[in-house]
Amino acid sequence: MHRRGVGAGAIAKKKLAEAKYKERGTVLAEDQIVQMSKQLETFKSNLEEFASKHKQEIRKDPQFRVQFQEMCATIGVDPLASGKGFWSEMLGVGDFYYELGVQIIEVCLALKHRNGGLITLDELHQRVLKGRGKYVQDVSQDDLVRAIKKLKVMGNGFGMIPVGGSYLVQSVPAELNMDHTVVLQLAEKKGYVTVSEIRDGLKWEKERACHVLDHLLKEGLAWLDSQATGEAHYWLPALFSELTSRDVTPEEANQMTP
Amino acid sequence: MDRFSWSNGLLEIDETLVVQQRGVRLYDGDDKVKMELGVALLSTHRLIWRDIKNHECCLSIPLSQIIFFEEQAAGIGKSAKIVIHLHPSSPSKEPGPFQNSKYSYIKLSFKEHGQIEFYRRLTEEMTQKRWETTPVSQPLSSGTGTQVCRKTRAVGIVGIERKIEEKRKETDKNISEAFEDLSKLMVKAKEMVELSRSIATKIKDKQGDITEDETIRFKSYLLSMGIANPVTRETHGSGTRYHMQLAKQLGDMLQAPLEERGGMMALTEVYCLVNRARGMELLSPEDLLNACKMLESMRLPLRLRVFDSGVMVVQLQSHSEEEMIASALDNVSDLNTNYSSSLSILLSSLSFLNYFPRLLLAEKVGHLCRDDSVEGLRFYPNRF
Repeated sequence: MHRRGVGAGAIAKKKLAEAKYKERGTVLAEDQIVQMSKQLETFKSNLEEFASKHKQEIRKDPQFRVQFQEMCATIGVDPLASGKGFWSEMLGVGDFYYELGVQIIEVCLALKHRNGGLITLDELHQRVLKGRGKYVQDVSQDDLVRAIKKLKVMGNGFGMIPVGGSYLVQSVPAELNMDHTVVLQLAEKKGYVTVSEIRDGLKWEKERACHVLDHLLKEGLAWLDSQATGEAHYWLPALFSELTSRDVTPEEANQMTP
Repeated sequence: MDRFSWSNGLLEIDETLVVQQRGVRLYDGDDKVKMELGVALLSTHRLIWRDIKNHECCLSIPLSQIIFFEEQAAGIGKSAKIVIHLHPSSPSKEPGPFQNSKYSYIKLSFKEHGQIEFYRRLTEEMTQKRWETTPVSQPLSSGTGTQVCRKTRAVGIVGIERKIEEKRKETDKNISEAFEDLSKLMVKAKEMVELSRSIATKIKDKQGDITEDETIRFKSYLLSMGIANPVTRETHGSGTRYHMQLAKQLGDMLQAPLEERGGMMALTEVYCLVNRARGMELLSPEDLLNACKMLESMRLPLRLRVFDSGVMVVQLQSHSEEEMIASALDNVSDLNTNYSSSLSILLSSLSFLNYFPRLLLAEKVGHLCRDDSVEGLRFYPNRF
């Protein structure tokens, strides 16, 4: 950091530069910053007025939130970038999504011992809603997706994998490439997949299929059932539906492993 | 869909309309029914569906036919639905649009929302079972009832329908007013975005003399508006005063928790901790990240650290590399066998983060070697 514009010579230079710019009709950046400051004040009061009329709308209506977010994206504004932003402070959008972020992290952490850090968007949605209770505002899957997008910046491996018309949410930095993703998609219908199914469905050699399945096993995303009739089944706990599984706490899981 | 009967859509004397919702499409099981969007009406006795354009096309089914129902959440490109499982038809069922169906459930797809209210009302009606206590005098089918009766009923239902329509229009009006106001607001916001881009270009091209102070002010304007900072990609993040303040707060707040957790915490854990403590005026993930990026330049006793895997942690400055390696070795020889990374996941998914990077470090330096198999990753003291 150095002090600019010091001394008579510098002042004269500056005056010359200013004159040149004004000649060309260019507005100087510092003048524009002053202009921006004024416009900001006006905008702030417009936003306050908007908030006083419609703050409830945003809180209650997921569809309105979608419209709001899309409009912001179109003009190049991210209302969720900072808790200190106007949008967050005055409309309360920030707190809604940041708190949702906390709830998402907590759900993923609680289930990681079981599904290795992979969960369907549906299940995540259900559990978040359960955790929120009856009297809190409605949370849509679009809300979850936006909250997750924000969580990504914290480098925790949050990602979304398209599977069967919806998404799997990944919350650990396990490396999943295209091969892994495709196998997950194949497993989506039944919750498990076999080497033969991969060979028939994807036309891969056995080695490639085994390599992918081994990686999923190692990462804790797949469970091996070698007692299945026929050949071994590779189950994906992330794809288990609520109806067919029982919750196991981390302590219980501890006791089960040798 | 073979449980539905044709209906004239008129309510019986003791039958009351509970809720109606437009923009509903019918599904026979998982398959879309080849009909237009319609209005779903719930009465105390029946579920009625009527084509929005062609009022003649109207179906109904008694609520007593419903075994149970559940919500199906909206997905990407999919509307929210209510799935309704039905008893087989009684032999005396009036004819309907479908003779048979391979499904014994139907779905209502709510293209214009309203599923929450509808579901709630349906739950109420199915709990109260008012059709059992106020049976309607005649079978609910088309073409019955005298001329006079029909007229009376028609007035009744028209009155009720009108009220519901008014209420819906009012809600719609509120929402469209909100959209209008929002659009006007967005136009103004767009002007600000364009102005900021112009300023940023000028700063880059060094047109005019911008002081440090003005730059900081400009950055805080960008922060307020939620505009990405296009000027510089500094390592100190967006570097506003707000983030510097936050960094100081974090320095104070995280000392104790970090010490409890062996000197290291995942950034996501910090995020949850800090926001749970604040309760309101929460930090965004970017706020936290930008504040952490300033920790080093502000000489606070904490550091942000990014591992190769992409995991980000906040660690106590006191944790030097040698200490970490030493502690990793201790753990390995303590357990006297091996330290399996998958085992540690089970123990605690958070303390795992403390140990795994240390193990990797120790491995890099040659103190440990790994055994990588399907059973998991294990580390052993390096005796080679």
